[in-house]
Amino acid sequence: MKSTRFFPWFGFIFGAVYFLVPLIATFEFSLRMQRGIYSFKAYQVVLADPNFQASFSYSAIIAVLTIIVGIALVVPTAYLVQLKLPRLRPVVEFMTLLPLVVPAIVIVFGYLRMYNSSSWLPMTGSARSTDLLLIFAYVTLSLPYMYRSVDTALRTIDIRTLTEAAQSLGSSWPRILIQVILPNIRVGVLSGAFLTFAIVIGEFTMASLLNRPAFGPYMQLIGANRAYEPAALAVIAFAITWACMGLIQIVASFAPGQKR
Amino acid sequence: MSTTALPASAAREKRMSWSWLGILPFIIFSLMFLLLPAAYLIVGAFQDASGNFTFQNVLNLGQPAIIRSYTLSLQISAASAFGGVLIGFFLALATILGGLPRWVRPTLMTFSGVASQFAGVPLAFAFMATLGRTGLVTALLVTLFDINIYRGGFNLLSFLGLTLTYLYFQIPLMVLVVSPALDGLKREWREAASILGATGFQYWRMIALPILWPSLLGAFLLLFANAFGAIATAYALTGSSFNLVTILLYAQIRGDALHDPNLGYALALGMIVITGVSNGAYIWLASRSARWIR
Repeated sequence: MKSTRFFPWFGFIFGAVYFLVPLIATFEFSLRMQRGIYSFKAYQVVLADPNFQASFSYSAIIAVLTIIVGIALVVPTAYLVQLKLPRLRPVVEFMTLLPLVVPAIVIVFGYLRMYNSSSWLPMTGSARSTDLLLIFAYVTLSLPYMYRSVDTALRTIDIRTLTEAAQSLGSSWPRILIQVILPNIRVGVLSGAFLTFAIVIGEFTMASLLNRPAFGPYMQLIGANRAYEPAALAVIAFAITWACMGLIQIVASFAPGQKR
Repeated sequence: MSTTALPASAAREKRMSWSWLGILPFIIFSLMFLLLPAAYLIVGAFQDASGNFTFQNVLNLGQPAIIRSYTLSLQISAASAFGGVLIGFFLALATILGGLPRWVRPTLMTFSGVASQFAGVPLAFAFMATLGRTGLVTALLVTLFDINIYRGGFNLLSFLGLTLTYLYFQIPLMVLVVSPALDGLKREWREAASILGATGFQYWRMIALPILWPSLLGAFLLLFANAFGAIATAYALTGSSFNLVTILLYAQIRGDALHDPNLGYALALGMIVITGVSNGAYIWLASRSARWIR
């Protein structure tokens, strides 16, 4: 029996090494900025860089707005498809999976052709409307994840009974959605939100091609010009991804079914 | 605003139209920011500079530089997908069916969730710090084993280097995708096989793999499309010097590198066709394997 455990352990350890070594190496590299000693100098330099602060807060704001638009778009749709329009499910699911089929660079290329400054809807004409276009671009990017987590959450509760109960008490449709349905699917919504944040915060292609001062293009620029700061940025980005995934796990442990 | 005052049939009709109204924002959004932009590119791929219908752009994709970039993208995607499927499969196999302690599996799953999202620019930085010229592993190999991988011809900014980098998100993705399929292998099948005298090898060759192969092939296609559409990691790692089709398209969007806007649309069309076919086949295979599993 002991000999059969060797290969599973070997596989697991191999996997652990492959995943951990680049992280350790990146962390070690990020500490090497001052010659001869380990220090957090690279982090100090990065965090004090006004461009870091500006691009990071820009991306964070865009991410939050993406999440808000995404929830406003996905929750009513998933709710109505499940409750009233089940015939539309294949169509809606197909559209939510489309962003996995069409690469991000192709989607943004389409935007630049369709919404350029000499088109019928010149969204790239000003900085504010380009921001809006970037938010919409990120909503499409996160659509598969957001829709799936909301849809799964809706399946675990009895939306028909909840809706009828709310209706018989005289609730309006917006009120049913916001005060009855949304609190019951908050776990799914929050999982989708954190995943969206993790995807959007360091996104490079779309922000770069739309010429917006986001965190992804900033990291690329630093990577092309500096030695130790990129490693510090990679550690920060990895910590953010971890935080988002960790929050999903924590939130999931508060799911209605698992409380008791 | 209450509908209770209306006659029943009118109320139902009104509610029906309300549901359509509620789904309208999603329909308009998907049309404007997903379907029409893609359709615009596809139409542009079949137009000449003055807007007339032509196949010339698609034919022009045959020029050597474009063929080279498609080939390189296809090779990198296939290599990283193949490596990801192979390693990820055995990793999932080891943790799910290998009889390891219980904490191993949730740890691997959480880590895979993080690592499969850890792509883009930061991943390129991580691998530069690991396997770059002054990277930790490069330096350790020199001090511990006196092996200089760069003198041996290795370069992170190469086919092998980029494939190794892509494996960092491909392997975890494979673990996430294949785990449900492995959970679907029923214990009874293995017991029945061994009662009938099958060896472990025979069980895998004649029972488990025939059931798993649609999942494995499907996972390969998913990983393939995942790598094919990626650009940020390669761009941050190699700049615009590495001739992937996504990097060529990036240069084309930035500054009309091909000197022909409509050829750019054809380039995008080719990418949509490739990722569309592999994703379509994945969805088809996933529905096939769903029959056995569960």
